[in-house]
Amino acid sequence: MSDILVKIRDLHFSRGNRKIFDGLSMDIPRQGITAIMGPSGTGKTTLLKLIGGQLTPDQGSIEVDGLNVHQLSTGKLFDLRQRMGMLFQSGALLTDLSVFENVAYPLREHTKLSEAMIRYMVLLKLNAVGLRGAAEMMPSELSGGMSRRVALARAIALDPMMIMYDEPFTGQDPISMGVLVSLISELNNALNICSIVVSHDVPDTLSISDTVHFISAGKVVESGSPETLRNSQSEWTHQFIHGDADGPVPFHFPADPIKDDLYR
Amino acid sequence: MTSRKIEILVGLFVAAAMAAFFMLAMNVSNMSSYNGGEKYELTARFDNIGGLKVRSPVAAGGVRIGRVTDIQYNSDTYEAIVSIAIDEQYNKFPIDTAASILTSGLLGEQFIGFEPGAEEEFLKQGDVIDLTQSALVLEQIIGQFLYSKADEE
Amino acid sequence: MIFALKGKSLFNSLIDRIQHVGAATIHSFQRLGHASVFLLEVIASCTSLLTRPLLLVKQLHSVGVQTLIIIVVAGLFVGMVMALQSYYALIDFGAEDSVGVMVALSLMRELGPVITALLFAGRAGSALTAEIGLMKATEQLSGMEMMAVNPMQRIVAPRFLAGVISMPLLATIFSAVGIIGAYLVAVELLGLDSGAFWSQPQNKVDLYLDLYNGIIKSLVFGIVATWIAVFEGYDCIPTSEGLGQATTRTVVHSSLAILFLDFVLTALMFTK
Repeated sequence: MSDILVKIRDLHFSRGNRKIFDGLSMDIPRQGITAIMGPSGTGKTTLLKLIGGQLTPDQGSIEVDGLNVHQLSTGKLFDLRQRMGMLFQSGALLTDLSVFENVAYPLREHTKLSEAMIRYMVLLKLNAVGLRGAAEMMPSELSGGMSRRVALARAIALDPMMIMYDEPFTGQDPISMGVLVSLISELNNALNICSIVVSHDVPDTLSISDTVHFISAGKVVESGSPETLRNSQSEWTHQFIHGDADGPVPFHFPADPIKDDLYR
Repeated sequence: MTSRKIEILVGLFVAAAMAAFFMLAMNVSNMSSYNGGEKYELTARFDNIGGLKVRSPVAAGGVRIGRVTDIQYNSDTYEAIVSIAIDEQYNKFPIDTAASILTSGLLGEQFIGFEPGAEEEFLKQGDVIDLTQSALVLEQIIGQFLYSKADEE
Repeated sequence: MIFALKGKSLFNSLIDRIQHVGAATIHSFQRLGHASVFLLEVIASCTSLLTRPLLLVKQLHSVGVQTLIIIVVAGLFVGMVMALQSYYALIDFGAEDSVGVMVALSLMRELGPVITALLFAGRAGSALTAEIGLMKATEQLSGMEMMAVNPMQRIVAPRFLAGVISMPLLATIFSAVGIIGAYLVAVELLGLDSGAFWSQPQNKVDLYLDLYNGIIKSLVFGIVATWIAVFEGYDCIPTSEGLGQATTRTVVHSSLAILFLDFVLTALMFTK
């Protein structure tokens, strides 16, 4: 078993005429938290969907646990997905099912466990995210942070080998943000799995991740541990970490010189 | 809502639809005339069938006893060949029974009326009715009437 | 110079128009192609319902049972109005006894299937589009896919099949209730003979030609209306604007498709 769980090679992907990935390569280790960071619109979520096999790249390959995701048959892909958990930005809970049923859903779909066993497992998973008390609530009654925690409980229901977090911190108040940050890191330590966090929230993401990849313009700009990146000499990394308004990522969207535009 | 309640409601829905179907089939449509089951076929030749159609009723003494099943034209004898299916329970029509094309009301639909004869033998499957009277065509009657009026003067 | 410029821009704008028409045509054919592939996928996915009949029952409830009220009320009033109208039209010819057969034939051949399908498109079709579209917008469909669950089998197929099954049931109920409504008006209110009301249809309405063909019609409408509804939902742009447009398209497209198909089916069924 190699230490690399996800191996991305020379990935090209475009939406319409817009190129999103232009020769992206990346290795994600089997254990630890890997953060993928970059400005909005660089296709971080798209990358997760590519890894999950929901989108197909124009060129290049993605291997997960030694399997080329985009050459698998549908059945094999579904088998692989059972070993992947994904936490969507909105939580993506099924709105017509209670919290309990949402977490039980993958178990009911993919296992033949008895009702008592399912109850046991669901309550354990809900307890792990601190929401055992909310088991009978409906998703519409939950706050955004709670929804994400329920979704997290659902993502770990089948004990996956990896969990992908799509922007887990956006739009959260400081407390639920703190809860999610510590949950991600605790779960990763407890389950000893691979966590991929996609985010543009610099301080919190850097505080929990083991490896960080910065991507911009369809390529990896810089990779390394949080410390090395904090002390990076790269202007781009510096701008992103400190949130400067101008720098290698220009303040102005590409345009003709303003003089030409105003006095046309 | 519990799944039990949902199942009950769906069950009621399907039952209501079936009840509606049976009401339409039994009360409104002619399904009752289909389940007479046994029928026997006769043929009758007419010079002119007027507005008679497939499925037009066949009646005797005003009671519906069968249906027209087929209408053909024989270009050798210049006659219309009308096939008729009569319910098996009405199997005692003498072989000299007359069939005429009648109209219900002044402008109503046309049907075949049976006028029983006096022979001892009865019509059976495949028999041909020889005594027929064609439809009265209104235009011809009016035409004849006008001619006879003109002749009088 | 100016004239030349104007002429050119006029010409250009004409070309632009033509281009728009062409683009729109190509786009609609593309969508039709997508929708057809989608329909095949849905039909293939329906087999998975054999192992999970409860999913279908649940959708029969939300698609069929919840549409029932509007169907019953509409059917009752349509039948009553038809009885009144045909009574006043027929009494001039002394043929008011034919009210029953007139109402029965119109309901079973045309109005039952068509009005049911139009109401279905407005009530159940738009709800299906909105529901599936919202599931797409809130990433529930994506989420299912990532849980290795095929949303075609769990979400789309039960809704599609429920729509196809519900439509003939609803249309049959509509016709029956309509005839009851006509009976109430004609016999109870206008004082027609109840024997004539029932016996005339029994002579004129044919089980196969009228009742069965009406049911076949509504089955076709059910397939088309539900197909459009689930496709628009599944294919919508997952924003609130896109969702609104998709819902509108569902109602408009299914209504037009129903009326067009009604003409085609009537021409096939009732002409000799």
